[in-house]
Amino acid sequence: MILLTLMAIVVIGIIRFKNLFNVIILGSIYSFLMASILLVLDAVDVALTEASVGAGISTVLMLSALYLTKRNENPITHNQIWPLLIALITGALLVFGTYGMPEFGIINTPMHNHVGGEYLARSISDTGIENVVTSVLASYRGFDTLGEVTVIFTAAIGIIAILKKTKTKVK
Amino acid sequence: MIIINQFIASYNYFIIIFLMIAGLYIVVARGNMIKKLIGLSVFQTSVYLLYISPGKIIGGTAPIINDNYTLYSNPLPHVLILTAIVVGIATLALGLSLTIRINEEFNTIEEDEIFNKEEL
Repeated sequence: MILLTLMAIVVIGIIRFKNLFNVIILGSIYSFLMASILLVLDAVDVALTEASVGAGISTVLMLSALYLTKRNENPITHNQIWPLLIALITGALLVFGTYGMPEFGIINTPMHNHVGGEYLARSISDTGIENVVTSVLASYRGFDTLGEVTVIFTAAIGIIAILKKTKTKVK
Repeated sequence: MIIINQFIASYNYFIIIFLMIAGLYIVVARGNMIKKLIGLSVFQTSVYLLYISPGKIIGGTAPIINDNYTLYSNPLPHVLILTAIVVGIATLALGLSLTIRINEEFNTIEEDEIFNKEEL
């Protein structure tokens, strides 16, 4: 709960700061807080991935992009009321939606009575893997992971295409 | 008292919603491209929490089968979010490379200045 509050404070900092370097470092702190919360929520694999990808690789990518562009953000000139209004209306609708959501941490929710328990019960006999997240990721939902690989491949091709064009122009 | 208990039981959802609208606000209101991308990733991480937090069972443990434990948290959201994190970093990298390209073309990454230069 404290971690969640800390995260909200960090996000306010991200909104307020004009220096993009500060914003990126705050983003890294935000990712680490997120990883700790995921650890508390028993999602150890996700926490590891978030700490390495969210706090590590994405920060490095952001900093290298910052090195190639501008350091500071311009002060806002245009109207601020509409974005705030849109955000607040969306927030109000989402808060209304929480009345249909189950309370935190209880077991008698629909999501625990369906396929999740099935995976837990059958993982050892089906795949022989103790870590259920691994067995679901690599075995039961293998095609999902294949699709993920396709997405990364497409992104890599896109980045190469975008950045290669500039090199030929410089020459 | 009931209201306070209910508030604590749904506290995770309130923070998730706050993060979500903060991300949305950054994306819509700020003109700087890198700031927009950070807002986008804040929005994305709030969705990670939205998926993972209902999967937690109080008293449960991480879904690694062991004879000493009987109650595990739900593994399915973890798997979905692992996929989402990796896809998220791919889109972020693509967006940043587009930002670099825009900066080379227009010499700025502010939305307003790009519009002004296009009109000229």
